[in-house]
Amino acid sequence: MSKVTDGPLNTSLLSVKAETKNLSFHYGAFQALKGVNMPLYERKVTALIGPSGCGKSTYLRCFNRMHDLYPGNRYDGEIRLYPDNTNLLHAQVDPIEVRMRISMVFQKPNPFPKSIYENVAYGLRVRGERKASIVDEKVEQALRGAALWDEVKHRLKDLAFNLSGGQQQRLCIARALATEPEILLFDEPTSALDPIATASIEELIADLKGKLTILIVTHNMQQAARVSDYTAYMYLGELIEFDATDTIFIKPKNKATEDYITGRFG
Amino acid sequence: MDQSVLQQTRDLIRRHKRWDLIFAAVGVVCLGVAALTFTALVIDMAIDGAPRLSPDFFTNFPSRRPAQAGILSAWVGTTLVMMVTAGAAIPVGVAAGVYLEEYAPKNLFTAIIEINITNLAGVPSIVYGLLALGLFVYAFGFGQSILSAGLTLALLILPVVIVATREAIRSIPSAIREAAYAVGATKWGTTWDHVLPYSMAGILTGVIIGMARAIGETAPIITIGALTFIAFLPPAPVQAGFPFLSFEWLTAPFTVMPIQMFNWTSRPEAAFHQNAAAAGLVLLFMTLSMNALAIYIRFQLRKRIKW
Repeated sequence: MSKVTDGPLNTSLLSVKAETKNLSFHYGAFQALKGVNMPLYERKVTALIGPSGCGKSTYLRCFNRMHDLYPGNRYDGEIRLYPDNTNLLHAQVDPIEVRMRISMVFQKPNPFPKSIYENVAYGLRVRGERKASIVDEKVEQALRGAALWDEVKHRLKDLAFNLSGGQQQRLCIARALATEPEILLFDEPTSALDPIATASIEELIADLKGKLTILIVTHNMQQAARVSDYTAYMYLGELIEFDATDTIFIKPKNKATEDYITGRFG
Repeated sequence: MDQSVLQQTRDLIRRHKRWDLIFAAVGVVCLGVAALTFTALVIDMAIDGAPRLSPDFFTNFPSRRPAQAGILSAWVGTTLVMMVTAGAAIPVGVAAGVYLEEYAPKNLFTAIIEINITNLAGVPSIVYGLLALGLFVYAFGFGQSILSAGLTLALLILPVVIVATREAIRSIPSAIREAAYAVGATKWGTTWDHVLPYSMAGILTGVIIGMARAIGETAPIITIGALTFIAFLPPAPVQAGFPFLSFEWLTAPFTVMPIQMFNWTSRPEAAFHQNAAAAGLVLLFMTLSMNALAIYIRFQLRKRIKW
């Protein structure tokens, strides 16, 4: 009778929501990603850490084809999205279709200069939702999901700019949630926020992971340790180590990862 | 610090600060020259012209008798020409600006177009007049009409509108565009729902400043053949009977404010010069109120937007 090894990466119990296969990326002549292979597990939080310029934001922005907006960028390799096994980077896959399935929250809160309500409703309007009752319902649902409903329910018509920085970022999360994405990308979502607002966003991420798959870039290692289930350490465009967050922070296999985690480098 | 070193440092600071004083003095003088010239002009014109300003002055046609002459045909002509100019320059200029900024690939070809648009803003207005005479008046057969004049002035201010549109669009942070794209908007959706509304203040300011320039243009209008003496109005755009709107006025002969002024100043009688000064005051008021409107609109629209 063989014992089932319950290793830290017991993937048999997890389904993979997406994975990058040999993903490389060029900004013009500069290669920012070098053959990254990595899975994103369904309904888990995966954190990307590494020093500035290591390619973690570049990697994240491949998932919603944000790099397509600027000329001179080139992807190589694949991003497979499951269960339909679509290669998001395929030339015949429309980046708009990708962005309708995968939402993103940016580094600085970037609400539209419109009302709170219209900010959340915009994604629904883009999808052609015209029925006011449905939009109302989904806006409320999204604002509840972003833990903002109680603070704004009486002033949905107010301008989004009148909210505090932390509230604006939660509004952006609500905007991203309203369209019920399969994956939510966070690009250093708390780097422009104070510690209290940061704590509220981290709590929110913990709440959200039961519902959808999350990929978060952070420059803050403690944040990665607090919110994520899996952590990837990147350096100079390469994936150095990927493992369960506990393993990465307690006994990383790679010397470079250990040096970074313990603060000897970075 | 050693006492003598300290003294040296203080001397040095004092010498450097002298330049602050010198520049401030030169600046005040330069500003004074500009402000005084403008004030003197306005006051001089007001002294000459203000006594002529009366309701009759606005409702009378030009006349051989200076005391009965008025600017009715001129201000109506100016208003109608400006309507044509706005109707042509705004859609064309804004669309061109949006295309260049949001859609056009950044290559040598668009770079050449961009440089030429900026250059067009510096072409003398009489050259536009000659172009319009050949193109609108003869080739298209619009004649010496309000339509020809409006389109000519539209061409003249088109570069201003395009440049203003592009600058307004460029001031929108890319984070806002990325936010729209990230929820799945198309390029047109992003442009229509976000880029255009948020840059409206800058676009309108550019349009109005362009219009304020066009309203005082004389040379191109004379070139295409505006009348200097006209004692009737173009057909009214709104009619009592069906279909209520009429576009006959577009092809009517006309005159405009600066031409009326030009006509009066070239007469020998002093009384006509007073009429010209009064018309100048009215024209100046029109221009200043357009600029005031631009400032007001910018203030109102920008209140909502803080990047």
